[in-house]
Amino acid sequence: MDKFGVAQSQKYDVYASRLLPREEYFTSGHRSCQGCGEALAVRWVCKALGKEAVIAHATGCMEIVSSGLPQTAWMHPWLHVAFENTAAVASGIEAGFKILSRKGKWPGRLPKVVAMGGDGGTSDIGLQALSGAMERGHNFTYICWDNEAYMNTGIQRSSSTPYGAMTTTSPPGKRSIGQATWKKNMVAIAVAHGVPYVATASPSYVFDLYFKIKKAIETPGPAYVHVLCVCPTGWRSATDLTVRLGRLAVETAVFPLYEVVNGKYRLTVEVPKIRPVKDYFRLQGRFRHLREPEINFIQRQVTSQYELLLKKCEAAYPEFPVISHTEESQEGA
Amino acid sequence: MAEHAKRLGMEVSIAVSHAVQMARAEAIAAYPITPQTHIVEHLSSLVANGDLEAEFINVESEHSALSACVGTSAAGARTFTATSSQGLALMHEILFIASALRLPIVMAVANRALSGPLSIWNDHSDIMAARDIGWIQVFVENGQEAFDHTVMAFKMAENSQVLIPTMVNMDGFILTHVVEALEIPEQALIDRFLPPYVPRHQLDPKRPMTMGAFAMPEIYLEVKMKHQVTLMNSYDRILAIWEEWGRLTGRHYQPVERFRTEGAKILLLTMGCLGEVAAVAVEELREQGLPVGLLSLRLWRPFPFAALREAVNGAELVIVCDRALSLGGGAPPVLAEVRSAFYSLASRPAMLGYIIGLGGRDVSPEDFKEIVARAQKENPEAPSQEFFLYGVRG
Repeated sequence: MDKFGVAQSQKYDVYASRLLPREEYFTSGHRSCQGCGEALAVRWVCKALGKEAVIAHATGCMEIVSSGLPQTAWMHPWLHVAFENTAAVASGIEAGFKILSRKGKWPGRLPKVVAMGGDGGTSDIGLQALSGAMERGHNFTYICWDNEAYMNTGIQRSSSTPYGAMTTTSPPGKRSIGQATWKKNMVAIAVAHGVPYVATASPSYVFDLYFKIKKAIETPGPAYVHVLCVCPTGWRSATDLTVRLGRLAVETAVFPLYEVVNGKYRLTVEVPKIRPVKDYFRLQGRFRHLREPEINFIQRQVTSQYELLLKKCEAAYPEFPVISHTEESQEGA
Repeated sequence: MAEHAKRLGMEVSIAVSHAVQMARAEAIAAYPITPQTHIVEHLSSLVANGDLEAEFINVESEHSALSACVGTSAAGARTFTATSSQGLALMHEILFIASALRLPIVMAVANRALSGPLSIWNDHSDIMAARDIGWIQVFVENGQEAFDHTVMAFKMAENSQVLIPTMVNMDGFILTHVVEALEIPEQALIDRFLPPYVPRHQLDPKRPMTMGAFAMPEIYLEVKMKHQVTLMNSYDRILAIWEEWGRLTGRHYQPVERFRTEGAKILLLTMGCLGEVAAVAVEELREQGLPVGLLSLRLWRPFPFAALREAVNGAELVIVCDRALSLGGGAPPVLAEVRSAFYSLASRPAMLGYIIGLGGRDVSPEDFKEIVARAQKENPEAPSQEFFLYGVRG
C-alpha cells in the first residue's frame, strides 16, 4: 500500500500506454473539456475494439465533441442517429450485416457492432431501446459512458446521478440535499435481461477496462459495459485529478469494478482496505454542501451495497471504514 | 396485361407484402399497429417459411423500428418497414434523420387518424403531420397501385441520384383490408426492373466513414439546401421509373392523375382512394351535363407543381378535398399546397376547400355530388368560410 492506499499490484497500470496497441482509433483534435474522463475511456475502448468494429453512438457529450461536420475524431465506421435509439440502431446494423453475410454480399468476417451512449442516453431516455435490443439477443456490445449527469446540456441530473450530488436541476437548498434518489443500477438491469456479459469499468484501470471490452465483443449475443467517466466540468473537480478520482471511486467502493458472466458475479479489482467515501467526495464540488450526517448515511448505503455485491461475488470481505458518531439526521435528509 | 403475369384476388395488405418479397427486401423492422398489421404479419410468415431471405426485427416500438431500419440500411441492406398513425408520430424524430442520412428505406403507411380522440380509422392526419420530413411521398388508390408503387419505391429510393427514403401511403382499412383482383408480375420481370441493391455508402471498416455528424450554423443550411434540391430533382427520375414500369407492365402512372378532365370547368381534387369514389360521382355528373372532372394527386413529395398547373389548365373552379385538418389554421394541407402552386400565376382558378372523411367517416359518391352542388352556390371570390367541414353535425 502506498500513501493513497493503492495496492502495489495495481501500479503497473501506469505503464499501460506502452503495453497496449499503438494504433489510435479515436484521434486527437476533438473538442472535449480538459481532463475529460470520457474521452480517455473512448480512446482505450477503441483500441480494445480494434479495426474491425462499427460504432453506433447516441447524442451526447462524446458525439458533440467528436463529430462536428466536416471533421471527425473517429477512425471506425461510425453512425450517430439520435439520443434514445442507439441500441435499436446497433441492432439494425447487426441484423443488416447478418443478412448481407447470409446472402454472400459481405465477404469475410463480420465486424463487431458496438453501441455507445451516455448515462442519460442509456439509463433514462434510451432504456427502452436498450431493453428491446438486449431482449432480442442481438450480437452487439453496449457501452455506457457514465459521467453521472446530462453534462452536454449543462449538468442536469439523470437517474445515474449519485445521491446527494449537486446538479443544475438537483440543487441543494433549504428543502433539498441535492440529488434525492439513489443511482439507478444499470448493471442489475442488464443482468436481469439475461445478458451473457455485463461489467463495470473505469479508464483509471486501463487493463481491466481493456480486457473487459475484449471479452464483451467476443461474447456471442449482447454485452453491456458500464464505464464510470470522471467529468471535471460537471463534478467540479480539478482537471488533473481525473484518473485519481476514477481510482478513488473504486477504492471507496462507490463504483466497484466487477463483471457478471452468464449471471456469475466476479470482483475484478479487489480493494483490501475500503477508504471512506468522504475521501472521494472532498475532491468534488458537487458534494461540497453535504454535512457529516448525510455523508454517514451515504457511507452506510455504500457499505451495505458493497457487502451485497461481495456476497454475490463470494469474495473476501475487506476492511471497511468506521462511521463517525456525529448525530445523524433523519435518513440523511 | 404483361406476359406471364398472374391475376389473383388478395387482400391489399398481402399484396403489399408480396411486393416487398418480390423486391427481395433484406431487412424489415416493424412494430404492430392497426391497420398496418397484416402487412408485417404476412412478411414475418414469409421470412419464417424461408420464402423471403431477410432479417425480421421485432422491435419494441416504432421509434426503434425506424431506428433499426436506419441501422440495416446503413449496413447496406435493402430495408422495409410499415406503420400507421401513432406509430408514424412516434417515428417522427427519426423520419427527418433517415432522409438527411440519405438512406433508401421504403415504408408503407396505412393512413389512419391521429389520436385524440383515439381512432383506428382512416384519414390523412398522420402523414400530414409528417409532410416535411424530406421523404418521397406517394399516394395510391387501389390494390394494384399499392403493389406497383411498393416495388417501384425501392427503385426510386435507391437511385444513385436520389438516395431518399420513400413512403407509399395507402388508406387504412378502406384500402389495406379489402380484397381486390390484381395482377402480380412474374419474379423475373421484377428482378429485371429492380436489380440487387448496391449501397453507395455503407458502414464498412475497410472504408470507415462518419455518418450523422452534427452541423454548426455555418454548414446546416447548405446541407438542407442539398436535400431540398435533390428531392426536387428526384422528380424526373421518379417519372422515368414509372415510365419504365409502364413499358413493362402496361400500367402507366402520372404525378397528377386525370379523369374526365376534357373541357372540365369544375375540378375535384383528391388524394388516396377517395379518387375512385369521386370518379363515380364525376361520371354521373357528366351524364347530367355538368362539366366536372377529377384530379387525383399521386405524388405528394416532391410536389408536382408543373404537372398540377398543366392538369388544372382551363378549369374555373378547383374543389380540393382534404382528409386532414390544420387546427387553428386556414387552408387544410392539400388546399394550402395547391393554392400556393397557383398564387403567383396571373390567371388562376378559384379554389374551395372541403374536409371530408376524417377519422373514418364514410364518404360516398353522393357526398361528392353534394359538395359540387354546394360549391357552385359559393361565391368563389369570397367564400363564406375559409374551408368547409363537410358533413359535420352541430
